[in-house]
Amino acid sequence: MTMVLAAVRPDSWNFPLFVHILGAMILVGGLVTAAGALAWARGDAASLRLGYRSLLAVAFPGWIVMRIGAEWIYSKEGWDELPDSAQPAWLGIGYLLADAGGLILLISLIVGGVGVYRMREGKGSGLLKTTLILSLILLAAYVVAVWAMSGKPD
Amino acid sequence: MSFDDWILALHLLSAFAYVAAIVLFWVIIVAGRNVDTPEATISVAPMARLGTVAVGIGGGGTLLFGIWLALSYGGYDLWDGWIIAGIVLWAIAGGLGQRTGVEYARGVRKAIELRDAGQRGPNPELLGLNRTQRGLVLHTLVTVAVLLILIDMIWKPGA
Repeated sequence: MTMVLAAVRPDSWNFPLFVHILGAMILVGGLVTAAGALAWARGDAASLRLGYRSLLAVAFPGWIVMRIGAEWIYSKEGWDELPDSAQPAWLGIGYLLADAGGLILLISLIVGGVGVYRMREGKGSGLLKTTLILSLILLAAYVVAVWAMSGKPD
Repeated sequence: MSFDDWILALHLLSAFAYVAAIVLFWVIIVAGRNVDTPEATISVAPMARLGTVAVGIGGGGTLLFGIWLALSYGGYDLWDGWIIAGIVLWAIAGGLGQRTGVEYARGVRKAIELRDAGQRGPNPELLGLNRTQRGLVLHTLVTVAVLLILIDMIWKPGA
């Protein structure tokens, strides 16, 4: 069914979909990079900063682009004209994970930012560990979101 | 979800892993442009390995599940122009990516040499290797090729 829908997708939907997917890919790339840098930092300040900056300068802009693309394709496909009860489950899963994920991303940025600031006093590694855990949770959530958006379960 | 839906989901998840690796390598490349000590150069090696694993899984998965979908789904054929274009671009990205890896591995090898020789301070030659212009151009080309694959997969020209 997904493939049939993809085959008959109007051309005007393509660019919003491209923006949505590209943003999501950058978001996931930023999360993988941040998680990798924070996980292998072993207290190294440069690696901890690199991990935090990956979240701030890659994952966060990716989330914004993904979310703009999501809203754009949502209105293009006419889902906004239907009541919530008539919308498919995969759309709800995508929305829930995107928005809840955005909130967790924001929390991890604040916690990590405080951690990076406190690194000047030789502290903050605990806060950056929290940022690592939140990044891993986000990564798992977005894997589920990608599965739901592409496989479109009923 | 049908079996094809599962394969499509795996195809997309593989594509995400592939692009995630490209983003990861961009971060390493940009961050590495100011790195001139052996220890700092070597410290990114585990991240680079993570990127290499993600490229392997992502690259292999996109091709395998993509071909599977092309054969399984009645509306598309493996010899459709946009599918052939995707496979050609995939091969180009893979070849260029492999050369990019070789280019940046020189810096890591030099860093190991310097560390083993007991040199821990800044080294201009190491900085030059970490700032390789050739590597930067190659990774830019990989990124362009992958972007073209994404455009090709969404617009499906000629389908």
